[in-house]
Amino acid sequence: MKQAGGTKWNKYFVAGLLMTGLAVLLGILGMFWTPYSTTAMSAAEKFSPPSLRHFFGTDNFGRDIFSRVMQGLGTTVAISSLVVLFSGGIGILLGALTGYFGGLLDEAVMRVTDAVNGFPSILLTLVIISILGSGRQNVILSLGIVFVPSYVRIVRGEFIRLRDADYISRARLMGVGRLRILFVHILPNIFSVFWVSVMIGFNNAILAESGMSYLGIGVQAPDASLGNMLSDAQGYLQSAPWYALAPGLTIVWLVLGFSLFGEGVRRRSGVS
Amino acid sequence: MKYLGKKIITLIMTLFLVSAAAFLAFQIIPGDVVTSILGTEATPEREQQLREELGLDNPPIVRYFNWVAGVLKGDLGVSYRYSKNMNEMMPVAELIGDKLPVTLWLAAAAFVLIALISIPLGVFWAKCASVPKRGSACLSGFLDAALGVATQAAMAVPSFFLGILVTFLFGIVLRLFAPGGYVGYKEDFWSFLGYLLFPALSIAIPKIAMTARFLRNSMLTELRADYVRTAYSKGCTGRRVLYGHVLRNAMMPVVTFLGMIVAEVVAGSIVIEQVFGLPGIGRLLISSISTRDFPVVEILILYITFVVIFVYFIVDILYRVIDPRVSEK
Repeated sequence: MKQAGGTKWNKYFVAGLLMTGLAVLLGILGMFWTPYSTTAMSAAEKFSPPSLRHFFGTDNFGRDIFSRVMQGLGTTVAISSLVVLFSGGIGILLGALTGYFGGLLDEAVMRVTDAVNGFPSILLTLVIISILGSGRQNVILSLGIVFVPSYVRIVRGEFIRLRDADYISRARLMGVGRLRILFVHILPNIFSVFWVSVMIGFNNAILAESGMSYLGIGVQAPDASLGNMLSDAQGYLQSAPWYALAPGLTIVWLVLGFSLFGEGVRRRSGVS
Repeated sequence: MKYLGKKIITLIMTLFLVSAAAFLAFQIIPGDVVTSILGTEATPEREQQLREELGLDNPPIVRYFNWVAGVLKGDLGVSYRYSKNMNEMMPVAELIGDKLPVTLWLAAAAFVLIALISIPLGVFWAKCASVPKRGSACLSGFLDAALGVATQAAMAVPSFFLGILVTFLFGIVLRLFAPGGYVGYKEDFWSFLGYLLFPALSIAIPKIAMTARFLRNSMLTELRADYVRTAYSKGCTGRRVLYGHVLRNAMMPVVTFLGMIVAEVVAGSIVIEQVFGLPGIGRLLISSISTRDFPVVEILILYITFVVIFVYFIVDILYRVIDPRVSEK
């Protein structure tokens, strides 16, 4: 099933790997160490433009923006990973059960999935957040719930495709248990498709998390997140445009990196 | 006709389910509304009085039907946070009334921009991409690749950052509009529309990229179809093949796509209103969520959902009008 240009180290894969790799490493580093303290203020260095001392300049309190972006990246990457883990895990479980067994559960789950999919995800997240309240855990939980259907759909489709494959009916004939068929025989064969949707999931989670933090209903100050930095920075657009550009371009970098990475993974495995 | 009837019944059923879900979701929230409204002034008598006034002493099912009946009659309930004056509560209808047109105009302006720009752009792009890449055709090859990169980048920019970039570029650097200088639609409608142009553009840009990409791919697929060869062989000009045959067929999936985008445009305006300080229902929704003003949140969610479902309904019908093959199935 190899497509044209479907090599192992295609340019999308390499570019995506480098871009996301750099961002994720900086983010992980930012959880433990930043060049400057993220809360240290300095009246003398208020609004200093990007320089060698401060790569991304300083903000209205004289805090180092590069350090804060690193910390924000850490927050965003951590939250997105947990969201993907949560929704992907539940998605695999539900998709496997509904796809393999079908029946009433399948019918019910698909109705709900259709309803959720046809709906702007931001609206649904807002509903859940307004019930649960804002804050880091609730952002993870609400985004986790909202993104489950996208995985269920894909995993279910793959399980339906493989359910009647020859090697599965042979396994069944040999007396292999249902759970073993589901998770040992079928699951490893859907990963090529699943990874692509994980990449898209990462993108959506990053966009949604930073959007919610921007709106003030996600990660709350004093925790730095790329979204709430942007909303703080907006008021100083005229005097210190770098303050807004730094977190904004970082989000773009991350999202673009994951899109390229996803496309690279897709080409690598020849999934269409 | 039978189809239309069936669709309308499904529509009503969906609306009913959504309203029940929206209402019930807000019943499971812990905490007593009455004590939170009265605050320090709470006495058992006043609490009881307010509870009766708001109808909170009824069981949930009765309250749900009272609420639906109220909504159908135009009584949307009262806000828990805003008040008209000391002893009168603020009706939600009044709160929403003058904010609704702002959001609707914004969404409409964004949608018009998407349709007006993405379709010609998509056709142009498909033309560039379909030229065989050799010799004198290197310009179109370059344009094809450049548009690919540009749209990919446009799709990676989150709408709120795009809004900030638009403010910076058009508002601060080029001084085409004054950021924060919003003019109400009642004061001067044309200035109002002028101010909406840039927020609308911020919503539209990523969607334009998506739609143009989609149309390009759709047209390239159609260009490989057998009927295109037939059309050429019976002597059609390239122009006629492109606009008369290919575009019409390629537009089918694009119409569905545009319909699905409407929902996202409405949702996108929630965020963009915040960026540009527009007093629409999106900002009201966010502030009501932050202050936990549930009657307002309920009504707004219900309203936006209705708009989304209604648009899907219209798209479904339109699709059958454009493509007669759908109704034959």
